Amino acid sequence: MAAPTITDAPPIVKQKKEALFSKKNLQTLRDPLDDTNPITVQVLGICSALAVTVQVKPALIMALGVMFVTAFSNLIISLIRKSIPTRIRIIVQLIIVAMLVTIVDQLLKAYVYDVSKKLAVFVGLIITNCIIMGRLEAFALAQKPWPSFLDGIGNGLGYGLILVMVAVFREFFGAGSILGYKLVPQWAYDHGYVNNGLMVLPPAALFIIGLYIWWQRSRKEELVNVS
Amino acid sequence: MHSNQYTLVYAAVLSILTAVVLAVAAEGLKPMQDENLALDTRSNILKAVRLDYTDRARINETYETAIEERVVNTAGEVLEEKPVQIDLKNQINKEPAERKLPLYIYTGEGGKKYYIIPLRGTGLWGPIWGYVSLADDFNTVYGAYFDHKGETPGLGAEIAEAPFQNQFEGKKIMDDGKFVSVNVWKTTYKSPLGNEHRVDAISGGTITSNGTDAMLKNCIAPYVSYFEKIGNKKQVALK
Repeated sequence: MAAPTITDAPPIVKQKKEALFSKKNLQTLRDPLDDTNPITVQVLGICSALAVTVQVKPALIMALGVMFVTAFSNLIISLIRKSIPTRIRIIVQLIIVAMLVTIVDQLLKAYVYDVSKKLAVFVGLIITNCIIMGRLEAFALAQKPWPSFLDGIGNGLGYGLILVMVAVFREFFGAGSILGYKLVPQWAYDHGYVNNGLMVLPPAALFIIGLYIWWQRSRKEELVNVS
Repeated sequence: MHSNQYTLVYAAVLSILTAVVLAVAAEGLKPMQDENLALDTRSNILKAVRLDYTDRARINETYETAIEERVVNTAGEVLEEKPVQIDLKNQINKEPAERKLPLYIYTGEGGKKYYIIPLRGTGLWGPIWGYVSLADDFNTVYGAYFDHKGETPGLGAEIAEAPFQNQFEGKKIMDDGKFVSVNVWKTTYKSPLGNEHRVDAISGGTITSNGTDAMLKNCIAPYVSYFEKIGNKKQVALK
Protein backbone atom coordinates (compact mmCIF):
# COMPACT_ATOMS: atom_id res chain seq x y z
CA MET A 1 0.00 0.00 0.00
CA ALA A 2 1.40 3.33 -1.01
CA ALA A 3 2.15 5.90 1.63
CA PRO A 4 -0.57 8.56 1.81
CA THR A 5 0.26 11.55 -0.24
CA ILE A 6 -0.54 15.11 0.45
CA THR A 7 -3.49 14.88 -1.94
CA ASP A 8 -5.22 12.34 0.35
CA ALA A 9 -5.38 14.80 3.22
CA PRO A 10 -8.79 16.36 3.68
CA PRO A 11 -9.01 19.59 1.81
CA ILE A 12 -8.52 22.68 3.92
CA VAL A 13 -11.80 24.57 3.83
CA LYS A 14 -11.42 28.20 4.58
CA GLN A 15 -13.91 28.88 7.37
CA LYS A 16 -16.36 31.54 6.43
CA LYS A 17 -16.40 34.39 8.89
CA GLU A 18 -19.66 34.49 10.78
CA ALA A 19 -21.81 37.51 10.04
CA LEU A 20 -22.29 39.94 12.93
CA PHE A 21 -26.00 39.32 13.02
CA SER A 22 -26.07 35.73 11.85
CA LYS A 23 -29.04 33.52 12.67
CA LYS A 24 -27.18 32.04 15.62
CA ASN A 25 -26.18 35.44 17.01
CA LEU A 26 -29.68 36.80 16.65
CA GLN A 27 -30.98 33.79 18.53
CA THR A 28 -28.47 34.47 21.32
CA LEU A 29 -29.88 37.97 21.54
CA ARG A 30 -33.54 36.98 21.24
CA ASP A 31 -33.84 33.86 23.37
CA PRO A 32 -33.48 35.56 26.78
CA LEU A 33 -36.39 37.85 25.93
CA ASP A 34 -38.82 34.96 26.12
CA ASP A 35 -37.71 31.32 25.88
CA THR A 36 -34.88 31.60 28.43
CA ASN A 37 -35.96 34.79 30.18
CA PRO A 38 -33.75 35.26 33.25
CA ILE A 39 -36.65 36.20 35.53
CA THR A 40 -39.59 34.11 34.40
CA VAL A 41 -37.78 31.01 33.14
CA GLN A 42 -34.46 30.92 34.98
CA VAL A 43 -36.06 32.56 38.05
CA LEU A 44 -33.02 34.76 38.74
CA GLY A 45 -32.85 38.39 39.87
CA ILE A 46 -36.27 38.23 41.52
CA CYS A 47 -35.38 40.41 44.55
CA SER A 48 -34.70 43.54 42.56
CA ALA A 49 -37.74 42.83 40.39
CA LEU A 50 -39.85 43.03 43.54
CA ALA A 51 -38.12 46.05 45.00
CA VAL A 52 -37.62 48.58 42.23
CA THR A 53 -40.83 48.19 40.25
CA VAL A 54 -43.13 50.57 42.14
CA GLN A 55 -42.55 53.20 39.45
CA VAL A 56 -41.52 52.91 35.83
CA LYS A 57 -38.62 55.37 35.94
CA PRO A 58 -36.47 53.55 38.54
CA ALA A 59 -37.33 50.21 36.88
CA LEU A 60 -36.21 51.54 33.52
CA ILE A 61 -32.95 52.87 34.91
CA MET A 62 -32.29 49.69 36.90
CA ALA A 63 -32.89 47.70 33.71
CA LEU A 64 -30.41 49.87 31.79
CA GLY A 65 -27.88 49.50 34.62
CA VAL A 66 -28.15 45.71 34.65
CA MET A 67 -27.99 45.59 30.86
CA PHE A 68 -24.82 47.69 30.88
CA VAL A 69 -23.24 45.40 33.48
CA THR A 70 -24.26 42.09 31.84
CA ALA A 71 -23.19 43.25 28.38
CA PHE A 72 -19.80 44.66 29.33
CA SER A 73 -18.90 42.07 31.95
CA ASN A 74 -19.65 39.37 29.37
CA LEU A 75 -17.57 41.22 26.79
CA ILE A 76 -14.58 41.82 29.07
CA ILE A 77 -14.55 38.30 30.51
CA SER A 78 -14.84 36.81 27.03
CA LEU A 79 -11.96 38.98 25.78
CA ILE A 80 -9.65 37.81 28.56
CA ARG A 81 -11.10 34.31 28.93
CA LYS A 82 -8.00 32.52 27.69
CA SER A 83 -5.68 34.31 30.10
CA ILE A 84 -7.78 33.98 33.28
CA PRO A 85 -6.15 31.56 35.75
CA THR A 86 -8.85 28.94 36.45
CA ARG A 87 -8.23 28.96 40.18
CA ILE A 88 -9.16 32.63 40.57
CA ARG A 89 -11.72 32.94 37.77
CA ILE A 90 -14.65 33.72 40.11
CA ILE A 91 -12.63 36.47 41.81
CA VAL A 92 -11.67 37.91 38.43
CA GLN A 93 -15.33 37.90 37.40
CA LEU A 94 -16.31 39.60 40.64
CA ILE A 95 -13.68 42.32 40.21
CA ILE A 96 -14.91 43.11 36.71
CA VAL A 97 -18.57 43.10 37.75
CA ALA A 98 -17.86 45.20 40.86
CA MET A 99 -15.97 47.73 38.74
CA LEU A 100 -18.85 48.05 36.27
CA VAL A 101 -21.44 48.31 39.04
CA THR A 102 -19.43 51.06 40.74
CA ILE A 103 -19.25 52.94 37.44
CA VAL A 104 -23.04 52.63 37.03
CA ASP A 105 -23.52 53.91 40.58
CA GLN A 106 -21.24 56.90 39.98
CA LEU A 107 -22.98 57.73 36.69
CA LEU A 108 -26.41 57.62 38.32
CA LYS A 109 -25.25 59.91 41.13
CA ALA A 110 -23.93 62.38 38.58
CA TYR A 111 -26.76 62.35 36.04
CA VAL A 112 -29.98 61.12 37.71
CA TYR A 113 -29.47 61.87 41.39
CA ASP A 114 -33.11 61.48 42.44
CA VAL A 115 -33.32 58.03 40.86
CA SER A 116 -29.99 57.00 42.37
CA LYS A 117 -31.46 57.85 45.78
CA LYS A 118 -34.51 55.70 45.07
CA LEU A 119 -32.47 52.76 43.82
CA ALA A 120 -30.00 53.27 46.69
CA VAL A 121 -28.77 49.90 47.85
CA PHE A 122 -30.12 47.97 44.86
CA VAL A 123 -27.55 49.38 42.44
CA GLY A 124 -24.75 48.15 44.68
CA LEU A 125 -26.53 44.82 44.86
CA ILE A 126 -26.44 44.37 41.08
CA ILE A 127 -23.20 42.56 41.82
CA THR A 128 -25.13 39.87 43.66
CA ASN A 129 -27.66 39.53 40.84
CA CYS A 130 -27.38 35.88 39.85
CA ILE A 131 -28.09 36.71 36.20
CA ILE A 132 -24.70 38.34 35.83
CA MET A 133 -22.45 35.69 37.36
CA GLY A 134 -24.65 33.05 35.73
CA ARG A 135 -24.06 34.43 32.25
CA LEU A 136 -20.33 34.83 32.85
CA GLU A 137 -19.93 31.24 33.99
CA ALA A 138 -22.33 29.70 31.49
CA PHE A 139 -21.59 31.74 28.40
CA ALA A 140 -18.79 34.30 28.38
CA LEU A 141 -16.05 31.98 29.67
CA ALA A 142 -16.50 29.72 26.64
CA GLN A 143 -17.66 31.99 23.85
CA LYS A 144 -16.21 34.65 21.61
CA PRO A 145 -16.57 38.33 22.60
CA TRP A 146 -19.27 39.35 20.12
CA PRO A 147 -21.77 36.55 20.90
CA SER A 148 -21.02 37.11 24.62
CA PHE A 149 -21.80 40.80 24.28
CA LEU A 150 -25.07 39.96 22.51
CA ASP A 151 -25.92 37.40 25.19
CA GLY A 152 -25.35 40.07 27.84
CA ILE A 153 -27.56 42.57 26.01
CA GLY A 154 -30.23 39.90 25.50
CA ASN A 155 -30.30 38.86 29.15
CA GLY A 156 -30.28 42.48 30.32
CA LEU A 157 -33.16 43.20 27.95
CA GLY A 158 -35.09 40.13 29.07
CA TYR A 159 -34.66 41.22 32.69
CA GLY A 160 -35.58 44.81 31.86
CA LEU A 161 -38.63 43.78 29.89
CA ILE A 162 -40.16 42.04 32.89
CA LEU A 163 -39.11 44.84 35.24
CA VAL A 164 -40.72 47.55 33.11
CA MET A 165 -43.84 45.48 32.47
CA VAL A 166 -44.35 44.90 36.20
CA ALA A 167 -43.62 48.57 36.91
CA VAL A 168 -46.18 49.74 34.31
CA PHE A 169 -48.89 47.65 36.02
CA ARG A 170 -47.87 48.73 39.50
CA GLU A 171 -47.55 52.44 38.77
CA PHE A 172 -50.77 52.56 36.72
CA PHE A 173 -52.95 50.77 39.26
CA GLY A 174 -51.06 51.96 42.34
CA ALA A 175 -50.65 55.63 41.51
CA GLY A 176 -52.81 56.19 38.43
CA SER A 177 -49.83 57.35 36.39
CA ILE A 178 -47.00 56.11 34.18
CA LEU A 179 -43.56 57.74 34.28
CA GLY A 180 -45.13 60.36 36.55
CA TYR A 181 -47.82 61.40 34.02
CA LYS A 182 -51.33 61.13 35.43
CA LEU A 183 -53.32 58.78 33.23
CA VAL A 184 -56.36 58.17 35.40
CA PRO A 185 -58.42 61.37 34.99
CA GLN A 186 -59.58 63.40 37.96
CA TRP A 187 -63.25 62.70 37.23
CA ALA A 188 -62.63 59.01 37.82
CA TYR A 189 -61.42 59.85 41.33
CA ASP A 190 -64.36 62.20 41.80
CA HIS A 191 -66.67 59.29 40.96
CA GLY A 192 -65.15 57.09 43.59
CA TYR A 193 -62.15 55.46 41.85
CA VAL A 194 -59.40 54.66 44.34
CA ASN A 195 -55.75 53.78 43.65
CA ASN A 196 -54.95 50.19 44.56
CA GLY A 197 -52.74 50.35 47.65
CA LEU A 198 -51.64 46.74 47.27
CA MET A 199 -49.92 47.56 43.98
CA VAL A 200 -47.45 49.81 45.79
CA LEU A 201 -46.38 46.99 48.11
CA PRO A 202 -43.75 44.38 47.10
CA PRO A 203 -46.21 41.43 47.06
CA ALA A 204 -47.95 42.98 44.05
CA ALA A 205 -44.79 42.40 41.99
CA LEU A 206 -44.85 38.75 42.98
CA PHE A 207 -48.47 38.39 41.86
CA ILE A 208 -47.79 40.07 38.51
CA ILE A 209 -44.67 37.99 37.82
CA GLY A 210 -46.61 34.87 38.84
CA LEU A 211 -49.43 35.71 36.43
CA TYR A 212 -46.91 36.38 33.68
CA ILE A 213 -45.19 33.01 34.25
CA TRP A 214 -48.59 31.32 34.14
CA TRP A 215 -49.46 33.03 30.85
CA GLN A 216 -46.01 32.32 29.38
CA ARG A 217 -46.15 28.63 30.21
CA SER A 218 -49.71 28.22 29.01
CA ARG A 219 -48.65 29.30 25.52
CA LYS A 220 -45.29 27.48 25.53
CA GLU A 221 -45.67 23.91 26.59
CA GLU A 222 -41.96 23.16 26.28
CA LEU A 223 -41.35 25.40 29.31
CA VAL A 224 -43.56 23.27 31.53
CA ASN A 225 -41.74 20.61 33.48
CA VAL A 226 -43.69 17.48 32.64
CA SER A 227 -41.55 15.06 34.62
CA MET B 1 -2.87 24.96 34.97
CA HIS B 2 -1.23 28.36 35.40
CA SER B 3 1.69 28.76 37.80
CA ASN B 4 1.31 30.45 41.17
CA GLN B 5 3.45 33.32 40.00
CA TYR B 6 1.25 33.91 36.93
CA THR B 7 -1.87 33.84 39.08
CA LEU B 8 -0.46 36.35 41.57
CA VAL B 9 0.79 38.75 38.89
CA TYR B 10 -2.53 38.44 37.05
CA ALA B 11 -4.52 39.30 40.17
CA ALA B 12 -2.26 42.27 40.97
CA VAL B 13 -2.37 43.71 37.45
CA LEU B 14 -6.15 43.32 37.22
CA SER B 15 -6.65 45.02 40.59
CA ILE B 16 -4.44 47.96 39.62
CA LEU B 17 -6.16 48.38 36.27
CA THR B 18 -9.67 48.37 37.74
CA ALA B 19 -8.55 50.75 40.51
CA VAL B 20 -7.26 53.21 37.91
CA VAL B 21 -10.48 53.02 35.88
CA LEU B 22 -12.59 53.61 39.01
CA ALA B 23 -10.41 56.48 40.21
CA VAL B 24 -10.73 58.23 36.85
CA ALA B 25 -14.52 57.73 36.82
CA ALA B 26 -14.94 58.97 40.40
CA GLU B 27 -12.77 62.04 39.91
CA GLY B 28 -14.33 62.91 36.55
CA LEU B 29 -17.89 62.75 37.86
CA LYS B 30 -17.25 64.37 41.25
CA PRO B 31 -18.09 67.98 40.30
CA MET B 32 -21.50 66.93 39.00
CA GLN B 33 -22.16 64.73 42.04
CA ASP B 34 -21.23 67.57 44.42
CA GLU B 35 -23.57 69.91 42.59
CA ASN B 36 -26.41 67.37 42.87
CA LEU B 37 -25.72 66.92 46.56
CA ALA B 38 -25.82 70.67 47.22
CA LEU B 39 -29.08 70.96 45.27
CA ASP B 40 -30.53 68.05 47.21
CA THR B 41 -29.66 69.75 50.51
CA ARG B 42 -31.34 72.96 49.35
CA SER B 43 -34.40 71.06 48.18
CA ASN B 44 -34.63 69.25 51.54
CA ILE B 45 -34.39 72.52 53.46
CA LEU B 46 -37.25 73.90 51.35
CA LYS B 47 -39.29 70.74 51.94
CA ALA B 48 -39.16 71.50 55.67
CA VAL B 49 -41.17 74.66 54.96
CA ARG B 50 -43.58 72.70 52.75
CA LEU B 51 -42.06 73.78 49.44
CA ASP B 52 -41.63 70.66 47.35
CA TYR B 53 -40.02 71.66 44.05
CA THR B 54 -38.44 69.35 41.53
CA ASP B 55 -37.29 72.01 39.10
CA ARG B 56 -33.56 72.77 39.53
CA ALA B 57 -33.79 76.46 38.72
CA ARG B 58 -36.78 76.98 40.98
CA ILE B 59 -35.06 75.33 43.95
CA ASN B 60 -31.96 77.48 43.53
CA GLU B 61 -33.92 80.67 42.97
CA THR B 62 -36.23 80.16 45.96
CA TYR B 63 -33.32 79.20 48.18
CA GLU B 64 -31.23 82.20 47.22
CA THR B 65 -34.04 84.72 47.55
CA ALA B 66 -35.93 83.41 50.58
CA ILE B 67 -33.47 81.55 52.80
CA GLU B 68 -31.00 83.21 55.13
CA GLU B 69 -28.18 81.05 56.49
CA ARG B 70 -26.91 81.56 60.00
CA VAL B 71 -24.80 79.80 62.63
CA VAL B 72 -25.61 80.46 66.29
CA ASN B 73 -24.55 79.07 69.67
CA THR B 74 -26.38 78.13 72.84
CA ALA B 75 -25.56 81.53 74.36
CA GLY B 76 -27.79 83.01 71.71
CA GLU B 77 -24.99 84.65 69.74
CA VAL B 78 -24.70 84.69 65.96
CA LEU B 79 -21.34 83.28 64.84
CA GLU B 80 -19.31 84.22 61.80
CA GLU B 81 -19.32 80.79 60.13
CA LYS B 82 -21.64 79.56 57.39
CA PRO B 83 -23.75 76.40 57.88
CA VAL B 84 -21.86 74.68 55.08
CA GLN B 85 -18.67 74.87 57.20
CA ILE B 86 -20.30 73.06 60.10
CA ASP B 87 -20.11 69.27 60.25
CA LEU B 88 -23.33 68.33 62.01
CA LYS B 89 -22.07 64.82 62.67
CA ASN B 90 -19.31 66.17 64.91
CA GLN B 91 -21.47 68.82 66.54
CA ILE B 92 -24.24 66.50 67.80
CA ASN B 93 -21.76 64.49 69.85
CA LYS B 94 -20.54 67.58 71.73
CA GLU B 95 -22.08 69.03 74.87
CA PRO B 96 -24.94 71.40 73.92
CA ALA B 97 -23.07 74.43 75.29
CA GLU B 98 -20.10 73.79 72.98
CA ARG B 99 -22.07 73.26 69.82
CA LYS B 100 -22.19 75.48 66.79
CA LEU B 101 -25.75 75.46 65.52
CA PRO B 102 -26.59 75.97 61.87
CA LEU B 103 -29.94 77.68 61.30
CA TYR B 104 -31.84 78.54 58.15
CA ILE B 105 -34.41 81.33 58.21
CA TYR B 106 -37.11 81.27 55.56
CA THR B 107 -39.06 84.42 54.85
CA GLY B 108 -42.49 83.44 53.57
CA GLU B 109 -45.52 85.36 52.40
CA GLY B 110 -46.10 88.68 54.16
CA GLY B 111 -42.56 88.61 55.59
CA LYS B 112 -43.44 85.83 58.02
CA LYS B 113 -40.32 84.04 59.22
CA TYR B 114 -39.81 80.32 59.71
CA TYR B 115 -36.80 78.85 61.47
CA ILE B 116 -35.38 75.65 59.95
CA ILE B 117 -33.28 73.42 62.19
CA PRO B 118 -31.10 70.67 60.69
CA LEU B 119 -31.29 67.31 62.44
CA ARG B 120 -29.03 64.28 62.50
CA GLY B 121 -29.30 61.04 64.41
CA THR B 122 -29.08 57.30 64.12
CA GLY B 123 -31.68 54.84 62.92
CA LEU B 124 -31.55 51.07 62.90
CA TRP B 125 -29.11 50.53 60.04
CA GLY B 126 -27.37 53.86 59.73
CA PRO B 127 -27.68 57.62 59.97
CA ILE B 128 -31.00 59.42 59.70
CA TRP B 129 -31.31 63.15 59.13
CA GLY B 130 -33.78 65.85 58.34
CA TYR B 131 -34.97 69.40 58.88
CA VAL B 132 -37.76 70.73 61.05
CA SER B 133 -39.18 74.23 60.68
CA LEU B 134 -40.70 76.31 63.48
CA ALA B 135 -43.09 79.21 63.10
CA ASP B 136 -42.02 82.57 64.54
CA ASP B 137 -43.57 81.79 67.92
CA PHE B 138 -40.61 79.35 68.29
CA ASN B 139 -43.06 76.75 69.47
CA THR B 140 -45.26 75.51 66.62
CA VAL B 141 -43.78 73.11 64.09
CA TYR B 142 -44.54 74.32 60.59
CA GLY B 143 -43.14 71.37 58.64
CA ALA B 144 -40.68 68.50 58.85
CA TYR B 145 -38.59 66.48 56.45
CA PHE B 146 -36.67 63.28 57.22
CA ASP B 147 -34.45 61.00 55.23
CA HIS B 148 -32.29 57.99 55.92
CA LYS B 149 -29.44 55.99 54.50
CA GLY B 150 -30.63 52.41 54.71
CA GLU B 151 -33.68 51.93 56.91
CA THR B 152 -35.90 48.98 56.01
CA PRO B 153 -38.34 49.80 53.19
CA GLY B 154 -41.93 49.66 54.42
CA LEU B 155 -40.83 49.83 58.07
CA GLY B 156 -38.23 52.32 59.35
CA ALA B 157 -37.92 53.86 55.89
CA GLU B 158 -41.44 55.24 56.35
CA ILE B 159 -39.92 58.25 58.16
CA ALA B 160 -39.09 59.58 54.71
CA GLU B 161 -42.72 59.36 53.59
CA ALA B 162 -45.32 62.11 53.67
CA PRO B 163 -47.86 60.39 56.00
CA PHE B 164 -45.28 60.31 58.80
CA GLN B 165 -43.85 63.76 58.12
CA ASN B 166 -47.25 65.45 57.80
CA GLN B 167 -48.08 64.45 61.37
CA PHE B 168 -45.58 67.05 62.60
CA GLU B 169 -47.42 70.06 61.22
CA GLY B 170 -48.89 72.16 64.02
CA LYS B 171 -47.25 70.23 66.87
CA LYS B 172 -45.67 72.16 69.75
CA ILE B 173 -42.16 71.82 71.17
CA MET B 174 -42.68 73.89 74.37
CA ASP B 175 -44.96 73.06 77.28
CA ASP B 176 -45.45 75.80 79.89
CA GLY B 177 -42.23 77.47 78.82
CA LYS B 178 -40.27 74.21 79.10
CA PHE B 179 -38.75 72.36 76.16
CA VAL B 180 -40.44 68.97 75.73
CA SER B 181 -39.92 68.45 71.98
CA VAL B 182 -42.29 66.61 69.69
CA ASN B 183 -42.28 63.00 70.80
CA VAL B 184 -42.52 59.95 68.56
CA TRP B 185 -44.54 57.53 70.65
CA LYS B 186 -46.42 54.30 70.06
CA THR B 187 -50.17 54.84 69.80
CA THR B 188 -50.68 52.68 72.89
CA TYR B 189 -48.40 54.84 75.06
CA LYS B 190 -50.36 57.03 77.50
CA SER B 191 -48.43 60.27 77.62
CA PRO B 192 -48.64 62.84 80.40
CA LEU B 193 -48.27 65.46 77.66
CA GLY B 194 -51.07 66.52 75.36
CA ASN B 195 -51.55 65.38 71.77
CA GLU B 196 -49.88 68.54 70.49
CA HIS B 197 -46.56 67.08 71.62
CA ARG B 198 -46.83 63.62 70.07
CA VAL B 199 -46.77 61.93 66.70
CA ASP B 200 -47.42 58.25 66.10
CA ALA B 201 -44.43 55.94 65.75
CA ILE B 202 -44.13 53.60 62.80
CA SER B 203 -45.33 50.10 63.54
CA GLY B 204 -42.51 47.68 62.84
CA GLY B 205 -40.03 50.55 62.87
CA THR B 206 -39.54 50.96 66.62
CA ILE B 207 -35.79 51.53 66.59
CA THR B 208 -36.01 54.06 63.76
CA SER B 209 -38.91 55.79 65.54
CA ASN B 210 -36.92 55.94 68.78
CA GLY B 211 -33.95 57.25 66.80
CA THR B 212 -36.13 59.99 65.31
CA ASP B 213 -37.46 60.89 68.74
CA ALA B 214 -33.94 61.13 70.21
CA MET B 215 -32.72 63.09 67.18
CA LEU B 216 -35.48 65.68 67.61
CA LYS B 217 -34.71 66.17 71.31
CA ASN B 218 -30.95 66.23 70.90
CA CYS B 219 -30.91 68.59 67.93
CA ILE B 220 -33.68 71.08 68.79
CA ALA B 221 -32.93 71.59 72.52
CA PRO B 222 -29.72 73.67 72.09
CA TYR B 223 -31.58 76.20 69.93
CA VAL B 224 -34.08 77.06 72.66
CA SER B 225 -31.89 79.66 74.36
CA TYR B 226 -31.23 81.37 71.04
CA PHE B 227 -34.95 81.45 70.33
CA GLU B 228 -35.65 82.80 73.81
CA LYS B 229 -33.18 85.57 73.19
CA ILE B 230 -34.62 86.67 69.86
CA GLY B 231 -38.14 86.07 71.20
CA ASN B 232 -37.46 88.52 74.05
CA LYS B 233 -36.02 91.03 71.63
CA LYS B 234 -39.16 90.80 69.56
CA GLN B 235 -41.36 91.36 72.61
CA VAL B 236 -39.31 94.36 73.64
CA ALA B 237 -39.66 95.73 70.13
CA LEU B 238 -43.41 95.21 70.24
CA LYS B 239 -43.71 97.09 73.52
